[in-house]
Amino acid sequence: MLSRTADSLFWVARYTERADFIARTLEATVRLTALPHAYLGERNEWESAVDSAGDLTLFRSLYSQANEDTVRDFLAFSPVNPSSIRSCLEVARENARSVRTALTSEMWDALNSAWLELKSFDTAMSSQDFSRFLDWVKRVALTFDGSAYRTMLRNDAFWFTRLGNALERADNTARILDVKCHLLLPETDGIGGSLDYFQWTTILREVSALTAYHWVYRQSIKPMLVADLLILNRQMPRSLANCYEILVRHLDLIADAYGRRGPSQRIAATQRARLSGATIEDVFASGVPTFIGEFINDNNRLGTAIGEQYLS
Amino acid sequence: MADTAFDEMDGHKNGGPGAVRPPYARLRTWLDETPGEIFDARRSQAELFFRRVGITFAVYGDNEASERLIPFDVIPRVLLKSEWGLLERGLKQRVTALNAFLADIYGPQDCIRAGIVPAELIHRNPQFRLEMMGVRVPHNVYVHIAGIDVVRVAEDEFYVLEDNARTPSGVSYMLENREAMMRLFPELFANHRVAPVENYPDALLAALRSVAPEGRGGHPVVALLTPGRFNSAYYEHSFLADKLGVELVEATDLFVKDEVVYMRTTEGPTRVDVLYRRIDDEYLDPLIFRPDSALGVPGLMAAYLAGNVTLANAVGTGISDDKAVYTYMPEIVRFFTGEEPILRNVPTWRCREPDHLAHVLDRLPELVVKEVSGSGGYGMLVGPQATRREIDEFGRKIKHSPEGFIAQPTLALSTCPTFVASGVAPRHVDLRPFVLTGADEIQIVPGGLTRVALKEGSLVVNSSQGGGTKDTWVLDGV
Repeated sequence: MLSRTADSLFWVARYTERADFIARTLEATVRLTALPHAYLGERNEWESAVDSAGDLTLFRSLYSQANEDTVRDFLAFSPVNPSSIRSCLEVARENARSVRTALTSEMWDALNSAWLELKSFDTAMSSQDFSRFLDWVKRVALTFDGSAYRTMLRNDAFWFTRLGNALERADNTARILDVKCHLLLPETDGIGGSLDYFQWTTILREVSALTAYHWVYRQSIKPMLVADLLILNRQMPRSLANCYEILVRHLDLIADAYGRRGPSQRIAATQRARLSGATIEDVFASGVPTFIGEFINDNNRLGTAIGEQYLS
Repeated sequence: MADTAFDEMDGHKNGGPGAVRPPYARLRTWLDETPGEIFDARRSQAELFFRRVGITFAVYGDNEASERLIPFDVIPRVLLKSEWGLLERGLKQRVTALNAFLADIYGPQDCIRAGIVPAELIHRNPQFRLEMMGVRVPHNVYVHIAGIDVVRVAEDEFYVLEDNARTPSGVSYMLENREAMMRLFPELFANHRVAPVENYPDALLAALRSVAPEGRGGHPVVALLTPGRFNSAYYEHSFLADKLGVELVEATDLFVKDEVVYMRTTEGPTRVDVLYRRIDDEYLDPLIFRPDSALGVPGLMAAYLAGNVTLANAVGTGISDDKAVYTYMPEIVRFFTGEEPILRNVPTWRCREPDHLAHVLDRLPELVVKEVSGSGGYGMLVGPQATRREIDEFGRKIKHSPEGFIAQPTLALSTCPTFVASGVAPRHVDLRPFVLTGADEIQIVPGGLTRVALKEGSLVVNSSQGGGTKDTWVLDGV
């Protein structure tokens, strides 16, 4: 397969996943900031949404303060922000167009219709319309991903979309943890029902895992278990551990098909070993911020390695 | 013109009532018996079908929401097998001559010494590629894919209007039109034996593989080189690459090392043996041609001249479909095949010759005048449909640089029944069959692309000038 084709497939999947993540972040933040002030504490939750889903420096250069209007504009619609929902859907569609024949018609339809429909949303929408808009974005990602699962041949084209999807998911989950890890410090444990409770449920909502949490742990929400679910639990689709299961599996399929292994396979396998060998107690012992910081760097390194090995 | 033209359904000229010609007998009944609502419904289905597939080829440049669909007419254009047989022989003869002419021009130049074509017409022609002198191309094939524009003026009178020997396009419409017709009107195919065209991609692939550089046999790697998704024919490029099962490459996907062309793939560099290029000569290689070309591959010409990659079509074929060279085609066919041309050339006056010029200037209102370097229906004067002012203006342009123009009598192109706002009416058509030349044989899928001038009386069928297309049938008996 042409490297350019693989590159486009990889980025189509990454940008679609990113659009979905930003929609979830906005949704969770709208919900959190609707709580009475007493539950919220001093932090500006809108700013923290930008921090995990975008580029805070770029945001500050464009807006004087972080509030619902400015963050909504920046994360959902800004053409200047390369990771706004609009930019993500546009880049995904542009990449898809340049490799039209490598996609199934269902995948193309999903992105092309989304791109056409995007123009019909008025950016000055009411909060009710905005929540419908966010639902729509999540549906686009579902339709695209579902089309990929249901219609693509199981060959390298499919595998590269899976890599893009899993690498982006891992990055997104890690970014949430990075921004919110002060909430996961063990000393805050035990203050159930405090303002942090709503922060944790917000985190779980961002990765659509609130219900899953209860099914997995069958107890009330505790920061250490939230961290376990997001970092180490392989049942959880967006956990770092599961993302690396997927990355290793698809990198192996590619290596077997091409008859050659390289740095990508090694980096992914090392990370998976690290995640499957650890307990959440180990992670807390070494410090969550350090662990997540290292993870984000290593995950970027894997992205670079895949790029050098296959996409250029 | 419609009133004096040959109508392919009714046969008659002058608009009088005539007997329906045999190839159209069943279609006539079908047109008469099918209720108008059915046609309306089918036509909107056809529109929908093309819009769906067309999404990718119709979206243009800045105003990305704008879609340009080439109108499709649901009434097919029909040729009998016997008529097609004549055309096929004529086309094969013509393309054989084109290839022999190119091999001679870039080789011994016998045809110049024999006085068939004037030397300065070749050597001063911007389409002449000096780089190609003395170069041997595999199996002496220069024009692997030709789109020969043919018009009909009477029952058995066909003329070649133009030989497109560079990067002719439109074959995707030929294939998609048939696909649409088979979906919309399966009943028509049940009572007509229509020769299939769907084997075109296979025939094209076989032709391309057959001309791979020597020693690269077995499994030569073919790729289709496109200028990219902003090119207006990008849809066709991606469509064909998909049907051929070959990579659709852009310049950045290719690189040349030690005079060998490689494409960058996920499995590392892969050698490319044959490039079906849909990029003009001037843009192929910035080291040799236009240095500002971002569409080209540096070193591609060196690899080509070293014989390590085959380009289809070859570099320099523009000299054979040049409008000035066209006027010499009957002599060229005779010289290289030793036969009388089966297909006629439209009689043409070359304004570069003083007596021709005087004649042309005298009779401008009756003539079609074309710029030698023009294409796509641009830069031409259709005398009978032009205003006095347009004619005067064009006259001045011709006097200013006579060598840039040729003139032809206005041909009464045949008409075919076509859906228009007011119902079904005759409209002028032409035909572009696609001729494939490989190492051992010339192949033409039966039919081609029929273009139709949708404006009443108009003779210009180009899509850029409001032309549409039709499915083209070659009937196996009636």
